Amino acid sequence: MTKQQANWSPYDNNGGTCVAIAGTDYCVIAADTRMSSGYNILTRDYSKIIQLVDTSVLASSGFQADVRALQKVLAAKHLQYQYQHNKQMSCPAMAQLLSNTLYYKRFFPYYAFNVLGGLDREGKGCVFTYDAVGSYERVGYSSQGSGSTLITPFLDNQLKSPGPLLLPARDAVTPLSESEAIDLVKTCFASATERDIYTGDKLEILILNASGTRVEYMELRKD
Amino acid sequence: MLLGILGMNSLDCTPATNSLIRSEADSQRTLYPYVTGTSVVGIKYKDGILLAADMGGSYGSTLRYKSVERLKPVGKHSLIGASGEISDFQEIMRYLDDLILSDNMWDDGNSLGPKEVHNYLTRVMYNRRNKFNPLWNSLVLGGVKNGQKYLGTVNMIGVHYEDNHVATGFGNHLALPLLRDEWHENLTFEEGVILLEKCMRVLLYRDRSAVNKLQVLFSLCGIHTSRLLGNCCTV
Repeated sequence: MTKQQANWSPYDNNGGTCVAIAGTDYCVIAADTRMSSGYNILTRDYSKIIQLVDTSVLASSGFQADVRALQKVLAAKHLQYQYQHNKQMSCPAMAQLLSNTLYYKRFFPYYAFNVLGGLDREGKGCVFTYDAVGSYERVGYSSQGSGSTLITPFLDNQLKSPGPLLLPARDAVTPLSESEAIDLVKTCFASATERDIYTGDKLEILILNASGTRVEYMELRKD
Repeated sequence: MLLGILGMNSLDCTPATNSLIRSEADSQRTLYPYVTGTSVVGIKYKDGILLAADMGGSYGSTLRYKSVERLKPVGKHSLIGASGEISDFQEIMRYLDDLILSDNMWDDGNSLGPKEVHNYLTRVMYNRRNKFNPLWNSLVLGGVKNGQKYLGTVNMIGVHYEDNHVATGFGNHLALPLLRDEWHENLTFEEGVILLEKCMRVLLYRDRSAVNKLQVLFSLCGIHTSRLLGNCCTV
């Protein structure tokens, strides 16, 4: 009798796409609200975005149970930080914390593909993009998740970000205005929804700027 | 222990191409379900929550038990329905009994609502998955507290969400399309039961693990949970 082996996987891909764009004094973070498993749609109205701090918003796609656990761990660590330092974490600080949290589970990773967006201490927009084990980079814009292969080339074309190999390093934030960036994001998702089966239903957009946080929604195709 | 596996998770799992764990502790981990229940279907209706499930417990392809209650009330406000391994559901009920007891012992006038119980169960399921010893269930958790209706689901790897209509197992494939088409905000109790009965009928036609004896529970706004047991025989 051959040894019985485990026939379940601890991971699942619940799909979805996340995008963030940094501007000179704002940051736009967006994600669709569809949750899938295989060829099934589980629900059409699940948010992948969480506002951890006034100035930091995390959007994550991938395996939903890991995403939720990661969100809770970060929120708890932020609470402790506030007790110990008597102030809220800055976005770059949260970026480092997220990286460390992900690497902590390097040998049983959080299957979460993250984009952290927010405002740095100077009020400028910042976007940090991650892989599943915590490797991260500050960029002017980013896309993660099932539709990222469709969206990233389009953003590269539209935002004309200076190349990462340039010296001296140039500022990565886009010169677009806030409303132009929001329209760009809506266009990205409308297109990604056409060709990616895991993206659709509804788009949730968070806009961070000096006056606070705003939410916008847009309907996407439901097929 | 580096894992590169990404597979689809459902009650009918396919074998992994390489083994994930090697140790003597293997005999202590859940590898396969033995006695299983099939779909659970739940909807919100105008006054509360309706849950339906059949009363079958299958032992592989044998319909071994035909009076298994897979829907149970939890505390004052919630209802739980489980598909998957029946013994794991019984253990979940033991966890929930302890949880509700502790809640009652505070004697502070507060009581755990369906949202809290759902969150607790999600953490339990996720933590067991982290230890590679899952509770092999897909759970539906619904209820009403302070006039607020809640309906959610969580499965064996911790994936959870809430919605106006949920289903587990085959119900995802057969019942959910019917619910998405015919559900609306102001279903009366009678309309809700008719809709659920339609779903269970389709499941009886097409799910080989389904049996023709149903259990239906409902939870009303402002009133404690009540149960309704029905026998449904088809042609």
